[in-house]
Amino acid sequence: MTEYDADEVPQPDPASGTGEAGWGARAADAEPAPAGPAPLTPADAADAARLVSFGLQPKLLPARDAEYAELLRRYRDEPAFARLADAVAAGLGLVVLEVSTRAGMAVTAAEDSVFAVRMGDYARRASADSADRFLHGLAHLAVAALAFPRPEDLADDGYIGRITVNGVDAFVRQACRRLEERAEQDGHNTDPATDAPGLESAWRVYARRSATGATKDARRLAGSTTGIIAKAVTFLVDSGFLQRTGDDAGGAYRTTARYQLQVRDMAGSAAMAELLELGVVPVADGSATLLPGEDTDDLDLVAGAGLPFHSG
Amino acid sequence: MPFRPLSVGPPTLCDVTFSAPGAAAPQLNGPHRPAPGPAADEGLARRLRALACTAPLHDLDVRKANLAGEYGVYAMAEVALAVIDLVTLNMDFDTGADHEEIVAKVLPRVAAQTPRRPAAEHERVARWVLENLINVGSVDRGFRAVYGTFNTDGEYVRRDYDFKLIEEVPGAGGSVYLRATDEAVNVLVGALDTDVTSAQIAAEVKLEVLINRGRLADAQLAAEQARYRTVQYAETLRRTLDATRRNVRAVDWLETVPDMITEALDHVADRYRHENAILTNIRKARDESEEPEHKRRAAELVDIVKDCIRRHTQLQSRLLEAGPLFRAEQDRQAFATPTARSGLDLYGQLVAPLLPLPAERAIRVTDAFFARGTGLRTPSAVRVADLVEVLLTPPMEREHLGAEMPEPDLVATPDDSRFSEEQLDAAMELLDLPADAPRRLSGLLAEARRKDPELPYLVALLAVHAASPPVGTAYRQGEQQLLFAVDDGTELADPEFGGADLIVGTALLDAAGMAADRSEVA
Repeated sequence: MTEYDADEVPQPDPASGTGEAGWGARAADAEPAPAGPAPLTPADAADAARLVSFGLQPKLLPARDAEYAELLRRYRDEPAFARLADAVAAGLGLVVLEVSTRAGMAVTAAEDSVFAVRMGDYARRASADSADRFLHGLAHLAVAALAFPRPEDLADDGYIGRITVNGVDAFVRQACRRLEERAEQDGHNTDPATDAPGLESAWRVYARRSATGATKDARRLAGSTTGIIAKAVTFLVDSGFLQRTGDDAGGAYRTTARYQLQVRDMAGSAAMAELLELGVVPVADGSATLLPGEDTDDLDLVAGAGLPFHSG
Repeated sequence: MPFRPLSVGPPTLCDVTFSAPGAAAPQLNGPHRPAPGPAADEGLARRLRALACTAPLHDLDVRKANLAGEYGVYAMAEVALAVIDLVTLNMDFDTGADHEEIVAKVLPRVAAQTPRRPAAEHERVARWVLENLINVGSVDRGFRAVYGTFNTDGEYVRRDYDFKLIEEVPGAGGSVYLRATDEAVNVLVGALDTDVTSAQIAAEVKLEVLINRGRLADAQLAAEQARYRTVQYAETLRRTLDATRRNVRAVDWLETVPDMITEALDHVADRYRHENAILTNIRKARDESEEPEHKRRAAELVDIVKDCIRRHTQLQSRLLEAGPLFRAEQDRQAFATPTARSGLDLYGQLVAPLLPLPAERAIRVTDAFFARGTGLRTPSAVRVADLVEVLLTPPMEREHLGAEMPEPDLVATPDDSRFSEEQLDAAMELLDLPADAPRRLSGLLAEARRKDPELPYLVALLAVHAASPPVGTAYRQGEQQLLFAVDDGTELADPEFGGADLIVGTALLDAAGMAADRSEVA
């Protein structure tokens, strides 16, 4: 993950990933030695904090706000100012993903930050019911997986993913169906033991939940899978990660630069780490460059079906 | 009512609701029965699951006693099967069946069971059955049955079998459609655990034999079964194509799908020939049959087979689109220029390995993704003073009728007609000539000029119009008479007008004869 950051962030500071401690230290180094043209003043600190506050409004676009654009320019041109802004962000419990004109001051909440989103606040039912909690988490993962279906899409800064609510649901259901078919072929009985619901396969939890349902007031059934996915995308729109483009197929959306950064640098690797900890190793050598091909037998994908998928 | 007896003894095998399982499988695996191997148990488990699919239908007849009111007379299982039939038949490639449509279509059957009961009650029964088939009350909107099997260690394990009969799927524009699940189709057709293709062939052959022997009632049943199979086939293809659009690599386009398409195309060609032959046969049977009941059944059968052919044609066009779709998707998905960097493969490295994990372990991964993938929220802080004010503010009164419409400002347009109503009346009066006394235009003009200097213009205009009288229109409208004008070559001598001095007269039309003609034509 850190190796992307080096070439993706044009500034001298590798902005992402390292967390608060590193930033605090660096900022402290910077202040006593203002070798630049002018020493930093409280006004500069105010400007740096202002830039971070712009970053906290994820739907705000630098192109639409002259002051924001000006502060971004300062961040790019004045290393001392950039370090100050990074320090302010770190002090607030924020991780800087990227600072650029396309994504703005892309910051995200560090773990345990006051800005972090908690599952309990996100969906009340989720804290009581582990199946619901899983489905809400899976919905977010599936939205990202469909928005960036191939590794290149996630890596390509210019890529804009497009998803629909029903599309995400169909995509997960298809994956579940493949697993079901495979289990049938292998003659496995996937019905879970009655007294151990936690051992039920994850795909079954999704497959069993109905896709939609009629309600009295013509709203989406909140507990259905499309309801859960719609909640996820609406939330992501508020986070400045998706933009609504239409009403087709339950709602159509496209991704923003921030979402790509968030998935690539934060969420994807965190989830990968957790998966590896569970002893599931989808990659042999742990490097992030391995792509489907030989390894996809277990997905029932066609191994090298004439598709020029490269690994590197 | 073939399902009546079922309502008497509820099956003890499975518990179809989500409540805790009661007395379950032990009777099937008695105390003295040696633990069979997993292979032997597999068939048993399959049959138990098949049996469980019928349980919701029996359950309806058991639970109807709990409904407030006298509902014992309704055969609920029969209504339920009819509902599943209707949903299955309404399933097409793109959408399923509509709730209201299904209720409306099943109502005649419910009404036929108890013709004397009010229509509202019939509708309530239809809705109750439909809702119970969806199992609206449960979170998953599905059913769960518990059954027991021996695992590989010879240990007895109780398992949950989750299934749905009718599922709700999202349609265009946020609407909700109904689809019959595979389980439902299998229960309905009664061909549990059989191959789609061979079952269809069997049904076709059976149909042909039945028709040759003249047993049309059975033939209709077989034809309907054939149609369910066709629908099921189309559904499989639709899913494959959907998956291809998302990710070509998720579908085996090397062997499985091309094989399936070839097979399906052969199948369509075969069925098409077959069903056309059947259609010819039934048409003959329909036309030759003496008995009205046979005739009616044959006519119904013709409709069903026509529908089958329509569905086959639809399936075939989709099959032909499949290859180009694959190539286009492959171009789009696989041949794009690779970027210099590679990234994380979210599907291959996260979603796919995650789904087979047990839920309690998978949740750790999704939690991690959720915690880092949702972005940030700025916590909102409220000042107590603002809060008090907000809480004490009375709610805004909403205007029900909306804004008041402004009174439209109408301007009277000046009457710019060349002639007035009175002038027209005068002219018509002048031209109201007896049928046996036509007049010269010159005389009419002179008379008009005496009344009003403007009137000759109107008379001249009407006379010119009469030179080509609308005979057809008058004929159609059943007019009694018609004004006509004929030019006999005489020059018009008039100070204001020139041209021919027309002979203007009235022709009587034979209204009665015309009416007779019209009715004859009709």
